[in-house]
Amino acid sequence: MSNSKKILIDPLHINNPITLQVLGICSALAVTTKLEIALVMAGALTFVMVCSNTIISILRNKIPPSIRIITQLAIIASLVIIADQVLAAFAYQASKQLSVFVGLIITNCIVMGRAEAFAMANPPGPSAMDGLGNAMGYSVILIIVAFFRELFGSGNLLGFEVMPTVNNGGWYNPNGIMVLSPGAFFIIGFIIWIQRWISPEIQEETN
Amino acid sequence: MVEYINLFLKAAFVENMALAFFLGMCSFLAVSKKVETAVGLGLAVIFVLGITTPINQLIYDNLLKEGALAWAGFPEADLSFLGLIAYISVIAAMVQIVEMAIDKFSPSLYASLGVFLPLIAVNCAILGSSLFMVQREYTFAESIPFALGSGFGFFIAMVALAAIRERLKYSQVPGPLRGLGITFITTGLMALGFQIFGGIQL
Repeated sequence: MSNSKKILIDPLHINNPITLQVLGICSALAVTTKLEIALVMAGALTFVMVCSNTIISILRNKIPPSIRIITQLAIIASLVIIADQVLAAFAYQASKQLSVFVGLIITNCIVMGRAEAFAMANPPGPSAMDGLGNAMGYSVILIIVAFFRELFGSGNLLGFEVMPTVNNGGWYNPNGIMVLSPGAFFIIGFIIWIQRWISPEIQEETN
Repeated sequence: MVEYINLFLKAAFVENMALAFFLGMCSFLAVSKKVETAVGLGLAVIFVLGITTPINQLIYDNLLKEGALAWAGFPEADLSFLGLIAYISVIAAMVQIVEMAIDKFSPSLYASLGVFLPLIAVNCAILGSSLFMVQREYTFAESIPFALGSGFGFFIAMVALAAIRERLKYSQVPGPLRGLGITFITTGLMALGFQIFGGIQL
């Protein structure tokens, strides 16, 4: 029991896929201008991740090592197509705003990385747990970044006005850099800073 | 001709793959510790991008697009939902072929690229470029300067970051920021610099 709890909880903080394993950064930065979009993306990734880890783990003894990359890619790509089609059918606005980034879940290194590092060597149960844990670790960072970017970039949260902006007769002057790409880099940099300040054992030795 | 040059410059600077769209970030951060390796991976990315995006354009235009199968007697077929799996297969296969070709014809280049070639298959800049190409409906001729420009932009950004990181070695960075943290903030500052190109209308 404690083992599966560890598999599930570790990726949330001390083995976080984004801030420690350096996996899946592209989408974490790109889809976080609005909280709603980030939530949709987190949901899609969780689905793909749990399914792909489970399927790859079930097939792990049948996949020949020489063609394993393309086999994994085929499984992941099929799952992503399902997620993409479901989003286009039921959440059209969000899927338009996510544009190419749903498709890019295929090459999201979290999915490939965990398939390669965990699912190829472990039975389906723990693999599904590992998929869920890492997807949650990814979602947590995504949600924190999107929260700050939407709040400071446009004064809104989930589309509702929290801090009335000057343009709408309020007092808050939106910080444009939060919506642009540098804002995302800075926020993740700060998250890493705080995380490693809380847990010094995960600090790096050199620059 | 001018429009193709514009497309190249726009893809390389204004819409820089790494700094404006965050594509290929994982290898961007992981491989930018040394200028030499950054140059190797950057060249490999330009090469693979320049080949795969035009090929994917041909596949999309002639096989997948709505009505594209008219020549085979299926004027109503719309296979565009198969796009993702087609593009990733092309990329994975191309990377494999390019790897074998380089190994055969230029072992020295192969040795210097080393592990980076297979890694390119899962570099999101490659797949992202194909997806942008479809979304923006580029023609075959337009897809070539677009792909080369994207690759070139990625190359410049990565080599520049690697050069900065080599210098950073000698600075005193607070413990929790060491390594990944300071890299993120540096990249943010670089992205800020690249925003300058944003206002340029070509």
